[in-house]
Amino acid sequence: MIERRAVFSHRWLPIALVAPQLAVTAVFFLWPAYETVVSAFYVQGAFGGSEHFVGLHNFTALWDNASYLHSFGITLIFSAATTLLALSVSLLLAVNANRALRGAKVYQALLAWPYAVAPAIAGVLWLFMLNPSVGLLARALDGLGVPWDFRVNGTQAMVLVVMASAWRQIAYNFLFFLAALQSVPSSLIEAAAIDGAGPIRRFWTIVFPLLSPTTFFLLVIDLVYSFFETFGVIDTVTQGGPANATNILVYQVFETGFVGLDLGGSAAQSVVLMLFIIGLTVLQFRFIEGRVRY
Amino acid sequence: MGFLTRFGRTFCLMALAVWLTTAQAGDGPIKITWWHAMAGANAKELNHLVDEFNQSQSKYQIDAVYKGDYTQTLTSAIAAFRAHRQPDILQVFEVGTGTMINAKNAIVPVYKLMADHHVGFDPNGFIPAIKGYYTDTDGQMLSMPFNSSTPVLYYNRDEFKKAGLDPDKPPQTWKEMGTDAKKLRDAGVNCGFTTGWQSWIQIENFAAWHNLPLATEQDGFGGTGARLLINKKPFVEHIAQVAQWSKNHEFRYGGRKDNPASLFYSGECAMLFESTGLYGSVKANAQNFKFGVGRLPLDTRIARHPQNTIIGGASLWVLKGKPDSHYKGIAEFFKFLSQPRQQAEWSRATGYLPVTNAAYQRLKKAGFYAENPGAEVAIKELTLHKPTANSKGLRMGNYSQIRDIINEELEAVWSGKKDAQQALDAAVKRGNKQLEKFQAAQS
Repeated sequence: MIERRAVFSHRWLPIALVAPQLAVTAVFFLWPAYETVVSAFYVQGAFGGSEHFVGLHNFTALWDNASYLHSFGITLIFSAATTLLALSVSLLLAVNANRALRGAKVYQALLAWPYAVAPAIAGVLWLFMLNPSVGLLARALDGLGVPWDFRVNGTQAMVLVVMASAWRQIAYNFLFFLAALQSVPSSLIEAAAIDGAGPIRRFWTIVFPLLSPTTFFLLVIDLVYSFFETFGVIDTVTQGGPANATNILVYQVFETGFVGLDLGGSAAQSVVLMLFIIGLTVLQFRFIEGRVRY
Repeated sequence: MGFLTRFGRTFCLMALAVWLTTAQAGDGPIKITWWHAMAGANAKELNHLVDEFNQSQSKYQIDAVYKGDYTQTLTSAIAAFRAHRQPDILQVFEVGTGTMINAKNAIVPVYKLMADHHVGFDPNGFIPAIKGYYTDTDGQMLSMPFNSSTPVLYYNRDEFKKAGLDPDKPPQTWKEMGTDAKKLRDAGVNCGFTTGWQSWIQIENFAAWHNLPLATEQDGFGGTGARLLINKKPFVEHIAQVAQWSKNHEFRYGGRKDNPASLFYSGECAMLFESTGLYGSVKANAQNFKFGVGRLPLDTRIARHPQNTIIGGASLWVLKGKPDSHYKGIAEFFKFLSQPRQQAEWSRATGYLPVTNAAYQRLKKAGFYAENPGAEVAIKELTLHKPTANSKGLRMGNYSQIRDIINEELEAVWSGKKDAQQALDAAVKRGNKQLEKFQAAQS
C-alpha cells in the first residue's frame, strides 16, 4: 500500500514553515520554563544582588508551609467544582439548544458570548452583582434572609469564584458540545425511539457515549483552565481571601513571587504546579481516554 | 504551562516597554524616568509637579510613568533592573523599605546623592516621625519622603446626630468606641464602624499609639534578628473586643486595603478607620452627608496617653546604573520637591501629610487647616510626642508577606474560625518564619 503523504520538494521549506512556531515555543515556553526550574534551586535577593545555591531547600520549605498545603486542597476543590459546573451546565444548555426549533441560531449565538469576556472582567461583573453593599443579587439574597458576605464567609467566596470562573468556560464548552450533538446521526436516535427508548434513555445510552471524545477534550481543557487562567478572577474578586479560602496554587505562586519577592520559593511552587498538571494530564490520558470511543 | 508562557510574554513586553520608555533621542534635555503608583486625583497632582519642574529649567526632563499599584510598580522595577532597563527614580511603599535598604547593589542613598551634587538640602527640615522611617541607623536619609499618610477616624456627622451623639465629639477611647457604635446600631444604622488596612491600623498603629513594641530589636530598626510580639495580651484583647463587636455589626469587616471605604461612602457604616491619604476621595464621595475626622481612640487600660502614630505611604528611591549626568538632575528634582511651596501644594491637593515642617507652617499660615480641620488631625497625631523605639516605625524584611499573613489570620477571626489568641499566635509563628528567611538571605 502506498503511503499517503505530502512531500516537500525542498528540505528547507518545511523547516522554514515550522520555524516561527518553534521559535515562539522556545522563546515563550521553553526558555522561561528552563529559567524557572533553575531559579527554584537558588535563594536570591529581589534585585538580583546576592544568589546562593540552596539545593532542594525551596522545595522542602513548601512541605513545612501549612498555608501552601492548604492551598493545594483549595485548588483541588476549586478545580473540580469549576470543571464539573462548566461541563454539566454547558451540556444541559447544548442539549436544549440543539432541540430548540425556533430561534435556535439566536440562542446559540447568545450563549457563546461570554467566552469573549476575559476572566478578570468576568470576575468584576460577578463582583458587581454580588458585592455585599451594592450588588443587586447580594441585596436580593439579603432580602431572602441569606446573609451574604463573601468578604468574611470563605464558603461564599469559593462559590462566587467558582461561578465566575465556570460562567465563562460554559460558553466555550457549549460550542463544542453543540457541534458534537449535531454530528450524532439521527438514524441512530430514531432507531432507538422505534425500539421504545425514552428521551432520557436515548441520551444516556446513545448520545452521551458518542459525545465522549468531546467531553474528554473539554475535561482536559477545563481543568487546565481552572488551574491557570482563573488567576484573573481570583485577583479581582477575593485576592485569595478571606483567610486563604480561595488561595489557589497559581495565586499563591503570584503572591510569593510578585508580592513577597521570594523568587526562589515562587519558582519552586511553579515547578511543583507544572509537574502536578503534567501528571494529571498523563493520568487522564491513561485512564479516562480508554473509555472514550472515537 | 500556560502560566509560564504568560510569564515569558509579560516579561518580554515589560522589557520592550522599558526599552521604549528609556530610549533616548539624541540631544535635548536629559530624560529622567520616574516610575510611580499614583492614580486618580493623586496622579493629576503629581503630573502637575513634574510639569512645573520641567518648565522651570531646560536641562532635565522628568518623565513620570504610572506603573500600577505599589506592588506592581516595585515588581516592574525589579524586572527592569535585572534587564538593565531600570528607571532613575522609583516610588516604593513604606513596607518595601526593608527590601530596598538591603538591595545595596541597586540603590543610591539619598544623603549621598545630595552630598555628591552639592545641592543645598536640609534633611533636618523633615518632620522627625517621617524622616525616621527612611533613615539608616546613623540617621542618614536613604530615600526621599514623598507621600506620607497616617490613619485617622472618619465619621458620619449626620448619623451621629441621628443616634443622639455629639457630632463634634468622635470617640476618644476604645470604650467610647463600643458605646457609640452600639448607640448608632440602636438608632438603625447598618454598622457602627469598619476599618481599612487592618494590619497597618489595628495592629501596627495600635502598637505605636499605645507605645507597645510590635517586634523585638526596636521594631526591626536594631537588626534583622527582630521577631514579632503581636500575640501579647494588649493585642489579643483588642482583637477579641473587635471580634465581639462584629457579632452585632457594631464592627463590620469590609475587606482589605481601601475596600471598606465603600461601606462608609454608602452610609452603611457610620465610622471608618482609614488613611489620611484618602481624605480627597472621602470628600468627593461623601456627598449625601457631612463627615468629620477624629484621631485614633485610646485603650485606657493599656496607656494613659497616646504616643504618636506611624506613617504609611511611600518614598522615592534612586536606582543605580544610570549615566552620571542623570544624578545631578535627580538631586535638583528632589530639592525642588522638598520646597515648602511644592510640598504644601501636594498636601493640599491630595490629603497626604506635608513632609517638612516648613510646608506644614505654610499651610497653617494660609489658613488651610482652619478651613479643613480634618486635615490637621493626622499631622497632630503624628507629631504628638517625640517618637520612641516603639513608635518610630517598623523595619522588617518580607513585610508585605507578613501583612498578608496578618490579614489572613484576622479574617479567620472575623469569620469566627479562630479566636483572637489562636489567630495572633499563628500570625506570629508564620510571620517569624518570614523574618527568619529574610535574615538567612542577608547573611
